[in-house]
Amino acid sequence: MTEAAATGTPSAYASIRGGSSALTRTRVRAAWTFIAPTLIVLALVAGWPLARTIWFSLTDADLNNLGDYTFIGFENYLANYDGEWFGLLTDPDWWLSVWNTVWFALVSVSIETVLGTIVALILNAAFPGRGVMRAIILIPWAIPTVVSAKMWNWMLHDQFGVINDMLLRLGLIAAPITWTANPVTALWTVVMVDVWKTTPFMALLILAALQMLPQDIYEAAKVDGVHPVRVFFRVTLPLIKPALLVAVIFRTLDALRVFDLIYVLTANSRDTMSMSVFARQQLVDFQEVGLGSAASTLIFLIIALLVVITMAAGRVRLGGDSR
Amino acid sequence: MPRYLTRLAAAAGLLLSTGVGAWAVEISISCSALGKEYEVCKEGVDAWAQKTGNTVKIVSTPNSATERLALYQQLLAAGAGDIDVFQIDVVWTGILGEHFQDLTPKTQGVLEQHLPAMVDISRVDGKIVAMPWFADAGLLYYRQDLLEKYNRKVPQTWAELTETARIIQEGERKAGNNDFWGYVWQGRAYEGLTTNALEWIASNNGGTIVNATGEVTIENPNAAEALKTAAGWVGTITPEGVLNYTEEESRGVFQAGNAAFMRNWPYAWALAQGDDSTIKGKVGVAPLPKGGADGRHAGTLGGQLLAVSKYSKNAEAATDLVMYLTNRDEQKRRAVEGSFNPTILTLYEDADVTKASPFIGNLRDVFANAVTRPSGVTGDNYNKVSTEFFNAVHQVLSKRSEPEQALQRLDRDLKRIKRNGW
Repeated sequence: MTEAAATGTPSAYASIRGGSSALTRTRVRAAWTFIAPTLIVLALVAGWPLARTIWFSLTDADLNNLGDYTFIGFENYLANYDGEWFGLLTDPDWWLSVWNTVWFALVSVSIETVLGTIVALILNAAFPGRGVMRAIILIPWAIPTVVSAKMWNWMLHDQFGVINDMLLRLGLIAAPITWTANPVTALWTVVMVDVWKTTPFMALLILAALQMLPQDIYEAAKVDGVHPVRVFFRVTLPLIKPALLVAVIFRTLDALRVFDLIYVLTANSRDTMSMSVFARQQLVDFQEVGLGSAASTLIFLIIALLVVITMAAGRVRLGGDSR
Repeated sequence: MPRYLTRLAAAAGLLLSTGVGAWAVEISISCSALGKEYEVCKEGVDAWAQKTGNTVKIVSTPNSATERLALYQQLLAAGAGDIDVFQIDVVWTGILGEHFQDLTPKTQGVLEQHLPAMVDISRVDGKIVAMPWFADAGLLYYRQDLLEKYNRKVPQTWAELTETARIIQEGERKAGNNDFWGYVWQGRAYEGLTTNALEWIASNNGGTIVNATGEVTIENPNAAEALKTAAGWVGTITPEGVLNYTEEESRGVFQAGNAAFMRNWPYAWALAQGDDSTIKGKVGVAPLPKGGADGRHAGTLGGQLLAVSKYSKNAEAATDLVMYLTNRDEQKRRAVEGSFNPTILTLYEDADVTKASPFIGNLRDVFANAVTRPSGVTGDNYNKVSTEFFNAVHQVLSKRSEPEQALQRLDRDLKRIKRNGW
């Protein structure tokens, strides 16, 4: 970045280096003037709510009476009463929801990446009706999550659902499966619906990367008679890796804050509760604004941590590629 | 034009008779819109508007009780006066009570007419915060024709129910109906499971989770025994899918003619006896069975109340509307037209009511013996208590935990929520 700036505008760089000329001061002032609206808006819509949530997490605020609260330090996170530990960090339900969310993010994003790549490769090939296909495949992504989750809920219903009916007719199952109620299948069901919904998004991002690839490498591979599978792993995959990584990071962030899909499919069920569902339950159902804010703050920290890790991992790998 | 005149006359009459100097005001009320509720509510408030010259706006609220409570909490926590009169569930008085007007002075002499259990619920810290509007309680629905076919009586205890259900289920399955089940109820991890499980436990003398003085009483052998019986039904006389059933799913199975018994609220009666019902004329209702010879019949009390917001700008008129909607005449009209179970005791013997819906007459004893959820004593924490309870029960029903273990853990968790008091 700095290198680019330095080579791009050497005079400006030199003048900043050299000290504060009148021109620099005007430029700096102009820069601040232009940035100010963005900064103010950011502070209002992101900074203020975040600060307020963190502040609330240190109080015993109650939804019934938001004006009246007292500062209690870190008691929402961890507290000791009569030798017994209380607080979010000792709550098994909270840790279960963290585990559910991480598991959900890992499994769903992995499946979506693989399926998305396959779909993108197919859509990248030339065949009649490709344009129509590309539009059609986006439909699951375009439907609002609440609508598609409700739709799946009916399709998965154990008495009237079309999925059980089909499986029964095919003789694959002997009795209807209670997809969303059974603790064994519930989280997999959520993953399945999420895969159905977001694979098109992954496919679209990967397709964009595929379209940018230079054709001459493929021609060279063809001339050399390299097997297509080998071409994919040795040529295509390394080339689309940066775009793939961005897509994976996007999806992971999205998956870590999953709420609507799970809430519509299985409501507050403990088996599938995600971190966001947990926080909402504390905040709204139990009126514990303090505890709910503590949960929200932890979600923020967990996601921030995971982003840093993913980005660090991505940079290492990207660096490896460029060599 | 004539309507305008009558309204004017009514307003003038009100001014003269009560001496209230204020002009007609607009009151907004949140009526539930499930089934016939909206229509019947609208007729009631229109009649009041006609009488007093005020106008009434009905605000639509979400159908799901959980969503509705969340909306109310947000409105009330913000001190918003948008809704003057709230229709609330029996278990919300503890949670929302502090936002409602104290109706005690207005209810002198009226309260005694209502079901004592409903009155208990509407009282928070000695103050009446809401007026009982209509009542609900868990009931046992049975197939009269099948009981006759297999020569069985209406079960009086859970053991009898288990046996009868098994016999009918085996018989019907042999006769070719492979989808037939003995007993369906509500087993999803939600408030409905709390009401179901409370019935099993209370009928077996296992208490009501938390007793009237606020002590956690759930860890006891009677409660464990009741849960063991219920867990034994799942997969034998009850489909495993019941673990995700709410009221409508169980009614779906029963009304399709695929179950001998069902636990449900009174609303299912009118639907099961409807013209498009496959079991029309073959259904009976009875109090839920007892836990044993020394147990008792216990249906969980449900129902709705009307409360006036503390933030209402027209509290006087709003209170008048609440008292009008909950009075004897209006409750009678609602019982006759909408089959809403009145909370006024004498209406259960009223000839018009029993004629219009013979079913209501049988319910008096059910309501008199109804068991109340510990929402008053646990106050703000009721939702947490209920959530812990139904989650623990759900664990037992899905065979992931033994009743004794689950109750021991529940006892610990509830004491944890209680800490230094509810």
